[in-house]
Amino acid sequence: MNDHNYVPSSKLGKWFNDRLPLLSLSAHLSEYPTPKNLNYWWTFGGILTFCLLGQIITGIVLAMHYVAQADLAFESVEHIMRDVNYGWLIRYFHANGSSMFFLAVYIHIFRSLYYGSYKSPREVIWIIGMIIYFLMMMTAFMGYVLPWGQMSFWAATVITNLFSAVPFMGESITNWLWGGFGVDSPTLTRFYALHYLFPFLILGLVILHIWALHIPGNNNPVGIDVKKPSKDTVPFHPYIVIKDLFALLVFLILFAFFVFYAPNLLGHADNYIEANPLVTPNHIVPEWYLLPFYAILRSIPDKLLGVVAMFASIFVLVILPWLDTSKIRSALFRPLYRQFYWILVLDALILGYMGALPPEGIYLLIARVATAYYFIHFLVILPVLGFKEKTIPLPLSISEPVLNESSDVVKNNKMSTE
Amino acid sequence: MKFFFKTIFILFILFTFNNQKTEAEENNKELLKVDWSFKGIFGKFDRTSLQRGYQVYTEVCASCHSMKLLSYRNLAEKGGPEFSEEQAKAIASNFELTDGPNSDGEMFTRAAKLSDKFVEPYQNIEEAKASNGGSYPPDMSVLVKARSGGANYIYSVLLGYDDPPSDVTIDDGVYYNTYMVGNKIMMPKPLSEGSVEYTDGTEATEEQMAKDVVTFLAWAAEPHLEARHKIGFKAIIYLIILSILAYFSMKRLWSRVEPEV
Repeated sequence: MNDHNYVPSSKLGKWFNDRLPLLSLSAHLSEYPTPKNLNYWWTFGGILTFCLLGQIITGIVLAMHYVAQADLAFESVEHIMRDVNYGWLIRYFHANGSSMFFLAVYIHIFRSLYYGSYKSPREVIWIIGMIIYFLMMMTAFMGYVLPWGQMSFWAATVITNLFSAVPFMGESITNWLWGGFGVDSPTLTRFYALHYLFPFLILGLVILHIWALHIPGNNNPVGIDVKKPSKDTVPFHPYIVIKDLFALLVFLILFAFFVFYAPNLLGHADNYIEANPLVTPNHIVPEWYLLPFYAILRSIPDKLLGVVAMFASIFVLVILPWLDTSKIRSALFRPLYRQFYWILVLDALILGYMGALPPEGIYLLIARVATAYYFIHFLVILPVLGFKEKTIPLPLSISEPVLNESSDVVKNNKMSTE
Repeated sequence: MKFFFKTIFILFILFTFNNQKTEAEENNKELLKVDWSFKGIFGKFDRTSLQRGYQVYTEVCASCHSMKLLSYRNLAEKGGPEFSEEQAKAIASNFELTDGPNSDGEMFTRAAKLSDKFVEPYQNIEEAKASNGGSYPPDMSVLVKARSGGANYIYSVLLGYDDPPSDVTIDDGVYYNTYMVGNKIMMPKPLSEGSVEYTDGTEATEEQMAKDVVTFLAWAAEPHLEARHKIGFKAIIYLIILSILAYFSMKRLWSRVEPEV
């Protein structure tokens, strides 16, 4: 944390603060110096905190009415929709909340990729973020299973079956995951227990994520360090608080549109058919936010390698701070990286689109090319680009306009990139 | 900031598009479209259509299709067909169900009450299958939400019975339907001119009955739709006003800060 010394004005406050410095903490949070040039892409951290708390609160209320038992789960969800006061609102908030959560997290991650927020000295923030993202996917997947509709059941079957690809122990692992010889009530019950647990793990990691952020402070659109805090930064409260609040409210308008006017648009109709192990749906598709990974999984002809590729696609993100060799953070000063960045965005969207289509013919080919490109971007393009790219001179500081060629910073910068 | 909104908008369009694409694929023919009263921001159910729809359900569909998630009390609740409580009680009392055990340890039959779920036509799935040539007539409580295409799909299937094209052979007990996925359906054509005699004097054409019963099913699948639309409108107006206030507060606060690069 930063090193200022906060002394509470009241005697009681001082007494308490000496024993547990909560008042110092809140003073730190409100004074926390934040670069004044942050744009709206930086508001998604606050939006994500809202999403997490929203999911936890609605989730706890849903848990009071939901029954995690194969014969009762589907009807208990409908009981919530029909008979619980405002149950429909709570459930639709929770179901669409997960989509909104992922929408926000993807924007947050791609913001970090664009402005190089994962680079030194912020690698630990990034890695914690990736663990959070991974836990979010597991939580969302298990949550999708709980209504025990057809998609729930078959998504659970497909995903747990991935582990059968593990050599020698595959079958034992899947049986252990299921708690039986197929997806059934024991599977549902354990998914429910974990679905309740994981958000609190995420919450803990979010606290670490923010703590790790407060050591170096925020990155910013120009990606250079704060030189003069008095000129380059503003206190978090009220400047960033009001900006985050405004962005959150705008985000909530979109959120409310889904909850109130298109609550099932992002879901799948088959999930309103109760789970039936004897009938397989025509297409088994995960929720939209997992589609890119689903496309990667299916684009590899071998099951085991497909699973490996899917996990590797997340792992390359974890080691990204060491794959990107450029010292320049922000894409604003990296003309080539900027282009590759947008190609990656397009690649991710194509993968998502292919994940929703059946893996055959031209779709399969496109998915394979997109998968290959995804790995090439991280494993080949990024490491090479750091050495080859001719970057644009950086400004001297956040508050000073871009400077002439002769400045020292530019020289240093050139040395580091050549 | 313009860019920020633009991107959100593009993402939003992408998801929507993505979803509709898969929906359209599953249906081989474009569905009949009805201008449903319950669509849109202010969408509400047509009360009389819901009441007629219940009549069609109970006189035609209910002999095979259960609606086990609905209770008779729902018929009198706000936002539904809004029968009076007396009417709903009278409707319930037309059905008999097995209750018990009584103090002698015996099961007994009694008339249904408001608090009872809709009485199901069959004891169990096996009986339902045995009576319907091996195919199970699906429960209709959430049917509208359980089919992509929703209300339009059900409406289209109800009106989609036709003679099979010459190159399609149809077995006994299977019927040809233009809109059904796979074009084959085990249910014989359920509605034909005058299948019911509406108590309110509305002419019972096929289209009218299909429209009424689908409206009823849409309500059954989403009984709080009207409350949702109403609260949603207020919530969004509230959020827009609050955003505007927050925006001007932000501008005012930030006017103290020197402009950045």
